[in-house]
Amino acid sequence: MKENGIKVVNLLKKFDDLIAVNDLSFEVKSGEIFGLLGPNGAGKSTTINIMTGLLHQTSGTAVIGGYDIKNKAHKVRELIGVCPQEPAFYPYLTGRENVEFFGNLHGMPKKFLKQRTDELLEMVGLVEGATRQAGKYSGGMIRRISLVMALINDPKIAFLDEPTVAMDVQSRRATWDFIKKLKTQGKTVILTTHYIEEAESLCDRVGIIDRGTLLALDTPRALMKEHGAKDLEEVFIKITGRKIRE
Amino acid sequence: MVKKMKIQRINAIVKKEMKKLTRVPATLFMALLFPLVLTGAFGLAFGGGNIAVDTTYTIGIIDLDNSAWSNLFIGNLSASNVISNQFYESNDTAQADLAQGKVDAVIIIPDKFGASIDSYWLNPLNASTWENTTINLYVDLGSLIVSNALPPLIQQILLTTLYGEQALSISQPVTIGNLSGVQASHNTQFDIMAPGMFAFAAIFLVLIVAEGFTEERTTGILRRIQLTPTTPAEVITGSTIAHMITGILQTAIVFFAAGFMGFNIGTDAIRILFAFILVSLLVLCNVGFGLITASLAKSLGSATGISFIFILPQMFFGTFVPITSDITKLVPSYYVTETLTSIFLRDAALTSEVVLYNFVIMIGYCVVVIIGGIVLFAKFGREK
Repeated sequence: MKENGIKVVNLLKKFDDLIAVNDLSFEVKSGEIFGLLGPNGAGKSTTINIMTGLLHQTSGTAVIGGYDIKNKAHKVRELIGVCPQEPAFYPYLTGRENVEFFGNLHGMPKKFLKQRTDELLEMVGLVEGATRQAGKYSGGMIRRISLVMALINDPKIAFLDEPTVAMDVQSRRATWDFIKKLKTQGKTVILTTHYIEEAESLCDRVGIIDRGTLLALDTPRALMKEHGAKDLEEVFIKITGRKIRE
Repeated sequence: MVKKMKIQRINAIVKKEMKKLTRVPATLFMALLFPLVLTGAFGLAFGGGNIAVDTTYTIGIIDLDNSAWSNLFIGNLSASNVISNQFYESNDTAQADLAQGKVDAVIIIPDKFGASIDSYWLNPLNASTWENTTINLYVDLGSLIVSNALPPLIQQILLTTLYGEQALSISQPVTIGNLSGVQASHNTQFDIMAPGMFAFAAIFLVLIVAEGFTEERTTGILRRIQLTPTTPAEVITGSTIAHMITGILQTAIVFFAAGFMGFNIGTDAIRILFAFILVSLLVLCNVGFGLITASLAKSLGSATGISFIFILPQMFFGTFVPITSDITKLVPSYYVTETLTSIFLRDAALTSEVVLYNFVIMIGYCVVVIIGGIVLFAKFGREK
């Protein structure tokens, strides 16, 4: 595994009798955009939470950027940026202040923090809105500022948990462009989504997950070819007999 | 480098908290305006600001005698400057007004009032010749002050009516000398309450801290911070520093407001500094209580409710509510109020035994509560 890659082996997470993640194993290469595709409750966010150290696995290992998350969570946190599914922010701080607050928590030098904040706000089209208190933002603006907060530290590995949920089409397209730029910068991106077109458009490889189990893993094109499907939705139906958004 | 980064994180958290203080109206009110309003209101209500409290009692009078003596008695009641007379024809009307709180007491002067006094003066040394009679006095039992203060006052006015002014200056073989020892230089009710008010404002920090941490947890921002290299110790330290600043600002507001309302805090800088240090310890204690509350609370609503488990005992046992039971010694605010009372009202030296003893107790209390709060919050407070 390369420095910025991820290796997950036999990952198991139980909540009492409920198995949320069932013997999951996969590898993500450095500089790859890897998608975890599945319906709500499939175990995508739980997997992300284990890989970022928010949850402890019941068994198995997850090595992030060369560090075992179980023993070296603090080292992993220096490498990663996480955009949570629910955008958490301080409503009384401006967009810029929210971003800079997280930059300071990552210990970024002042000059670089300002430069990086300007750059990211420009990229997501929030330069003008950045001086307004975030509590007054629209849903789409909140999603975008949340993404910037996650990536302010210029992380080597980015975990984006359903980053475009509740976004309008225009914001979603802008966010996709932004994620594609991350790849050109050599970042490793783990993306969870239940949007078929998002996975097809962005991901180098996709892991289809349902009820905590990894059902298939390959490039979108290879998966469609293997299952004789016209898109990943059809792939999911052929494997599980259900639609992703039922 | 690592140390510098830690300071950067703590500094960011402190700045964020201070912005919350100034930008969130509810926090601003609870932290800074509440102590100001509280001190001002108590000052006005309890005689602060050298405002003379107009203490007059309205007495309903039914004069069944209507003699020169009864008129003199009524005149003496008015002349006391404490009593305002209101006349009634019937007892029923007077009693109805007493029951409704329109008058503080009712006096029925009997029809033989004047004859009774005349009989006394005809033969003052032979009681068997006196025509005895009784004044009926009904007081508002719903008021502790009225029911305690009025009967002796009216008795005194009755004596003046009977014997004249000399009744109040009878020579006695034993007298009380000038008060000495403890100098009673502060004499309004507000002066006595002021030391408790310094503690009172700090107590409400429990609510601010508990709600702040619980809100950060329930909105997911605390979880998001956990995904950065920031340690729980840095989060708690940053937040504690911010709340210490808030607490010191609160104390300063109460000090200035109390001074404005007439409380003499003196000019001894060392005493004032000591008072600030003491209140800061109470602030730290209440930050600890706030952390404990946030560890127990599952929602913002429950954080508010649990906060009052810490607020109410401190408020009633350790501020300006006069309770003499030893139970008061269980709450930290007691030690602060008691010490501030000693140094500001009793003029006790900072090196006196009681001041040092209370100071040491507060340090111990503070260490135990803040460590308990940090441990509990780090273990149970960040995730629910």
